[in-house]
Order: sequence, then structure tokens, then C-alpha cells
Amino acid sequence: MRQDLTTILRWIKPGARVLDLGCGDGELLQLLQRERQVRGLGLEIDPDNITAAVARGLNIIEQNVDEGLDNFPDQSFDTVVMALALQAVHFPDKVLEEMLRIGRECVVTFPNFGHWRPRAYLATRGRMPVSRFMPYSWYDTPNIHFCTVRDFEALCYQRGIRILNREMIGDSEKLAASWPNLFATTAIYHITR
Amino acid sequence: MNTNSVGIVSPQTAVFDEPLALACGRSLGPYELVYETYGTLNAARSNAVLVCHALSGHHHAAGYHSADDRKPGWWDECIGPGKAIDTDRFFVVSLNNLGGCHGSTGPASINPETGKPWGPDFPSLRARDWVHSQARLADLLGIECWAAVIGGSLGGMQAMRWALEYPDRLRHCVVIASAMKLSAQNIAFNEIARNAILTDPDFAEGRYREEDKVPARGLALARMVGHITYLSEDAMARKFGRDLRSGSFDVGRSEGVEFQVESYLHHQGQVFSRVFDANTYLLMTRALDYFDLAREYDNDPVQAFSHARCSFMVISFSTDWRFSPPRSREIVDALIAADRPVSYAEIEAKEGHDAFLLPIPRYLDVFSSYMKRVGEDS
Repeated sequence: MRQDLTTILRWIKPGARVLDLGCGDGELLQLLQRERQVRGLGLEIDPDNITAAVARGLNIIEQNVDEGLDNFPDQSFDTVVMALALQAVHFPDKVLEEMLRIGRECVVTFPNFGHWRPRAYLATRGRMPVSRFMPYSWYDTPNIHFCTVRDFEALCYQRGIRILNREMIGDSEKLAASWPNLFATTAIYHITR
Repeated sequence: MNTNSVGIVSPQTAVFDEPLALACGRSLGPYELVYETYGTLNAARSNAVLVCHALSGHHHAAGYHSADDRKPGWWDECIGPGKAIDTDRFFVVSLNNLGGCHGSTGPASINPETGKPWGPDFPSLRARDWVHSQARLADLLGIECWAAVIGGSLGGMQAMRWALEYPDRLRHCVVIASAMKLSAQNIAFNEIARNAILTDPDFAEGRYREEDKVPARGLALARMVGHITYLSEDAMARKFGRDLRSGSFDVGRSEGVEFQVESYLHHQGQVFSRVFDANTYLLMTRALDYFDLAREYDNDPVQAFSHARCSFMVISFSTDWRFSPPRSREIVDALIAADRPVSYAEIEAKEGHDAFLLPIPRYLDVFSSYMKRVGEDS
């Protein structure tokens, strides 16, 4: 199982009402439903993902996060999750604010652009990094707002967002935990207001 | 006849002796409902699905009435073995609503008190009256709880009303190309249609049957205006463009021209005026206009849906301007705020409101996926 999903699982309370932004085919929601008996709702825009998630028996709404979330009432969910989608939205800061308005707690995961590999790629080749994890070219990538671990924490500080927990995923768990901005490939944050 | 058809089907008639109290304060009865069923009711009686029809629909939703029938039922794309509403899995019930003109008691039926057709004296009906009459049909068929109540357009309104009136009698509610209430623009189109009928001299104040007349021109005109609103601008452009059926714009030619779209509308109008009853059209459009899901819940759809206990699937189509995607999103938002389980798909389709009757791959995929889940729950 994806390591970020097992971490998220740990932070979700049993029976919680969970909103998953950009839920894909519903893998995480299904896991949460099975392991935590959550009342889950997913937002997704890809038609095949929507059909797949519906087939899994999940509740999925076709809605583009970039077009706003103002149809969701304040504090109407226990947890709002966004896994590996922050870097693909038009206004990441606004989406974060909306998540914190809708959910009492939020879980955000993103690929860390401060990892040594993209740094080295850019430094040595002078070109935008392309890797197994980020296989797109600069002109066709859905990932339009890459950030680093340090960038994210700076934004949290600026906006008065409290970090409840954080967990780093990397080739070496130890290095990722000690120097996340250099060794974490994926960062997972549990935040609230 | 293709292999995934329910084949030859025969309508049945249910007779209800006990009068039904109507929203308008009057009561109606005895009355009859004509219906069809497809598939087999399982021993637990848990696999029954109710299909509610739209404005001009009826009980014949799937299959053929005879081997030389040219066209199958109106929703044959979605009902049959292996189709979205899979008749290998579900027992499907489709009826002609009360007030209809395809066999159920309606304005064209004989009023037992006068021995003459009801005509304009037939009581006005609301969607809830249909829902109550459908519940009696469910009682008669021994169906305590529907696996799903499904409807498109006006049918979707009935499905939503079911969820509020009989929350314990359905597990799933599928609402396609519908709305919680009509917009002013929608009512305006219906009023043009009604006016076309009412001002036809052959309408005879609704007593055209007694006078052996048919307000065919009014009914055709009503259908023509309705039909335009069921198609998208794009669909009409692709289907007809500015093609001519007759005449020519060449210099030196003075005869008039007829556009293909004109000929099409005339044809649709004429066919409709032969098979549909004018008083039923008035009654159905009024029921459509009067429908307001949340009226009795302080006009608060969230409060309304908090009474529902079923899961919902809502589907809309991108070019449907009669029941546009924002109307469906209102339903979805209210359901989310009421913390009801809901899924929503907005299908990219060029065909306008009519899309809900057509075999659009993504629509059929997501609808089928949802119905599989309905099947697993039943």
C-alpha cells in the first residue's frame, strides 16, 4: 500500500466525515471507509476515475477544486484530505484556506521539490526536472505549483495554520525525517486552524 | 430486435377502488394505472426498481409490444439485459402516471359521475399525487421498499419526492437531468405551450372529445416549442444546419423555401398531436411548473433532504439548458449540506436535455456503475 495512504489513515478518527479533494479512483476513500468506517465524499474531475469510484460504492462528486468550494458549508467535515494535488491547483493558498474553512482538520500531501534529486537535476543539466515520479515536461505538466517543505511551512506560518503532525517519505526514512527539505520525496501534513 | 432487449412486453392494468386524496383537496377514484414490468421480482422482493416518466412519457419504457413494432419503449437504451438498469438483476416497474393519456385514468377517461370524458374537470395533479399513486401500485405488487426509484426530468422530480414522502420505501434515488424547481424561463416555455393549446378553436374549452374535435394545431405548436428546448443549439446545427428541404435561394427563383428544421418540427408536432391528449399536456406541464421540492420545508432544500434516508445519484448534461447542470448542482449541494450520501456526474454531451434518453457512452458507464452498486445493496 502507498506509504502516504497508511500515514493518512493513522490521522483519521473512526466514523469521521471526510472530504477527499481530487480523490482519483477512490483508493484512499475506500481504505478509510473500510478501516475507519468514515462517511466519505470525494471530489474528482476525471470521468474514468469518477466511474471507477462509483463502481467501488463511494460517494463521488464531479467538481473542479479550482472552480471553488463555496458550496461546502463551514466546518461541515471532520477532515478534508488532499493527496498529491496541491501542486496541481491554480491557487494552492486559497484551496488551503478553503480546506481549513470546511474541515476541522486537514491532511495535505505533496511532492517535495526541494529534494536533492530535482535540485541536482536542475543544477547540473539546467533543465526542469523530469523523473519517474514527475514524468511531465514543463509545458504539459499538470503540476503548476511545485513547492518545497520549507515553502509549505513558511506559508503555514504566514497564514496562522497550525501543524499538528508531519510525516516525511523518502528513500531513507531516517534522512527524510532529519533533513526533510533535502531528503523527503513526499511530505504529509496534518494541519488545523 | 437485438439480443439485449427485454423482447415483447404487454402492459397490465391495476384498478384501485379506494379514492386517492389529492394535493388539490379533491379525491379521485376508483382509478386505473397501466404499467409494464421487466425482469423478475426476487424472493426477498428487494430488487424492484421504479421508473418515473417525464412530461410526455408513459409506461412503455422498454421492449416491443409486437414483433413488427418499429420502435422500442422510450428508455430502451437504459433498460434491458446487461444495460444500465439490468433486467437480469432488477424487476423494473414502469407506469403511465395518473392523468396520463396512455391508459391510466386521465382527462380522456370517462367521469363515472357524468358518463362523459373528464376533460377540463379532471382534478389538477402534483408530483406528490403521482408518488402516492405509485406507492399504492408498489403495495399491490408486494414491494415494500424499492431498490431504486429512477427518473429523468419530471421523472427525477418524482424520484426526489419519493425520497421525502416515503423515506423508508427506497434505498437509492437516481435523479437525471432534473431540478428542485423550474426556473421562470422554463415556466415561460410551458406557458407558451399551454397557450397554443388553449387558443386553438378546436380546444373547445377542454371539451373537444365531447364535440368530436382535436386541438391538433395547438398541441403540435406546443410540442414544437417544447422540442426546441429539449435540443441544444449545437445539436440542431449539426442535425439540420440551414439545409433546405424544398425551394432554392438561387437568383431568379421566387418560390418559398422550407428549411429542414421547419419540416422536422412540423413532423414532430403532427405526430405528437395524433397520439397525445391536450388536457393531459396541460395537466403535466402544470405539475412540472408547480413542483417545488422544498416549498413545504420552509423553502430550505437542506431541511427537505434531511428527511431522506436513501443514497442519491445525480446526473446532468453539459448542453442541457432546460434542466442545466447548475440546477443539478443545487440538488447535490443541498444533499451534501444535509449529509446525505450522494454522487454526481456532469456528462459532456452535445444533445441538450434529450441526452438523458440517448446512448452516450460515459453516461451509460457511470449510470451502470451506480446501478451495479444498487444491485449489490438489494
